[in-house]
Amino acid sequence: MIFNISRKILLTLFAVAVIIPSSIVVLGTFKSDFEIYSKPLSLPKAFSLNNYKALFETGNVTTPFKNSVIVSLGSVFFTLLFASLAAYAISRMFTITGKLLFFLFSLGLAIPGQVNIVPIYALFVKLNLTNSLTGLILVNIALNLPLSIFILTAFLKDLPKEMFEVASIDGAGHWRVYRSIAMPLARPAVGATAIFLFVICWNDLLYPLMLINEQSKKTLPLTLIDFRGEFATSYSMLFTAIMVASIPMVVMYLLMQKQFQSGLTAGAVKG
Amino acid sequence: MVLPALAIYSFLYLYPAIQNLLYSVTRWDGVTTPEFVGARNFTYMLTQDILFRKIFVNNIKFSLFVVIFQTGFSLIFAIFLAKNSKSNIFFRTLFFFPTILSSVSVGLMWTFLYNPNYGFINAALKGIGLDFLAINWLGDTRYSLLAIAITQVWFHTGQMVVIYVAGLQQIPQELYEAAEVDGATRWQQFKNVTWPMSLPTTAVVVAYTTIQSFRAFDLVYSMTQGGPLNSSDVLVTNIFNLAFIGYKFGYASAQTIFLVIMILFITWLQRRTLKIDYGVK
Repeated sequence: MIFNISRKILLTLFAVAVIIPSSIVVLGTFKSDFEIYSKPLSLPKAFSLNNYKALFETGNVTTPFKNSVIVSLGSVFFTLLFASLAAYAISRMFTITGKLLFFLFSLGLAIPGQVNIVPIYALFVKLNLTNSLTGLILVNIALNLPLSIFILTAFLKDLPKEMFEVASIDGAGHWRVYRSIAMPLARPAVGATAIFLFVICWNDLLYPLMLINEQSKKTLPLTLIDFRGEFATSYSMLFTAIMVASIPMVVMYLLMQKQFQSGLTAGAVKG
Repeated sequence: MVLPALAIYSFLYLYPAIQNLLYSVTRWDGVTTPEFVGARNFTYMLTQDILFRKIFVNNIKFSLFVVIFQTGFSLIFAIFLAKNSKSNIFFRTLFFFPTILSSVSVGLMWTFLYNPNYGFINAALKGIGLDFLAINWLGDTRYSLLAIAITQVWFHTGQMVVIYVAGLQQIPQELYEAAEVDGATRWQQFKNVTWPMSLPTTAVVVAYTTIQSFRAFDLVYSMTQGGPLNSSDVLVTNIFNLAFIGYKFGYASAQTIFLVIMILFITWLQRRTLKIDYGVK
């Protein structure tokens, strides 16, 4: 009895805590500043698209949006490609080299990415890779390889060895086995990894903040930070920008809730 | 086949990590040649730097708050939502939702909620007669860190709920049936079945949350940038400021080494706990 009542109360409270801030933002994108301040939770008087129009007309969200898409897709694609190749090779190596390689990549799991900000910055200045989307993609690949390799190797190692052996006996080379057997079988693991990589890259702030200051190369999180200064008193614009930056994730989450939940927790339970 | 991964990883992860060690024993402004200073960065950090000490204490407070509440809430919600009914899956999906947002979006959203003049939180508190709680959340040195910690808990509790649910679903149902036959109350079932059986998950959740809170940057940067008066600064925001505002690259590197050692220690502690209790490799 007490259990059921407290269950209902607590679940409702947290649900409200999630819904209210999100609704304030979504509704706010259709409102004037005055309406946001006076009645943040009420429905807008008229669903006006003025904020969106203003945001896209000033143009300072289109370029960052494009940049974020390029950086995220590029990072996810190359990380997955390199990680899956490495994971396949490691899972098929039964020698000391395989163990050594696995250990080497595992080191990256223990050392968090933030730690390298100073040397990466120094290196990128030297290589002229600051203010470059390619630079951001390279950093993302390097930072996310260890965890991706770890997850994919664990998955591939759990597959029955015989499947690979039969293919090898039939004369398939490693490339062929990787492409036609390992990757199709590993699709769930690759999918989950792709999702968490995409979320991480789309939302990343630290490295872009450090490496990018040219307006034309900024990603969405950086632009949002700028907006905070620019529109310090205009939450209608700020909310609209937040909405534009979040919508791709939200749509994907609504379509693939299960995959998001397993993908984003796989990253946490690596230990 | 390993080559592309190995090349990028060595060049942009391992090599910088080693460079970082080298930079940590220098004085360096990022432009001129680094000057070797031995262990002076470390001795200064540990014995003299009052700001570092303050920020380290900040980070410990932040971590304690987040670990306690995030773990507590997520365990409670996971127990409520462990069964795969339709409404439970709906609640899990809803609670998980903040996890997919960017820290910057969450930070800016909460900056509005916390606004002392027209923010929603104070309006709501005044609306239900709790005027004394309507404080200047982000603008007061006493509350800024707490305010960010609350946002962090809101942000990531849903993710931990999903991890806990997976852990709870592994517990054999027979144990609960046996407990019920013996007439165990719900509290006894929790104490004698759920809690001990979910300890491995708790170790994972606590370790992950602790590490996450020592790596915190985005949320702090987008909500207060560490202010007012460093009251909400944490280790990584401080490292960022040292390097990119103060141009103290060598000293910033030394602080990252400190961070690595702490994180390795937490990981080791988690592994050890698992080993002692469950003989997990």
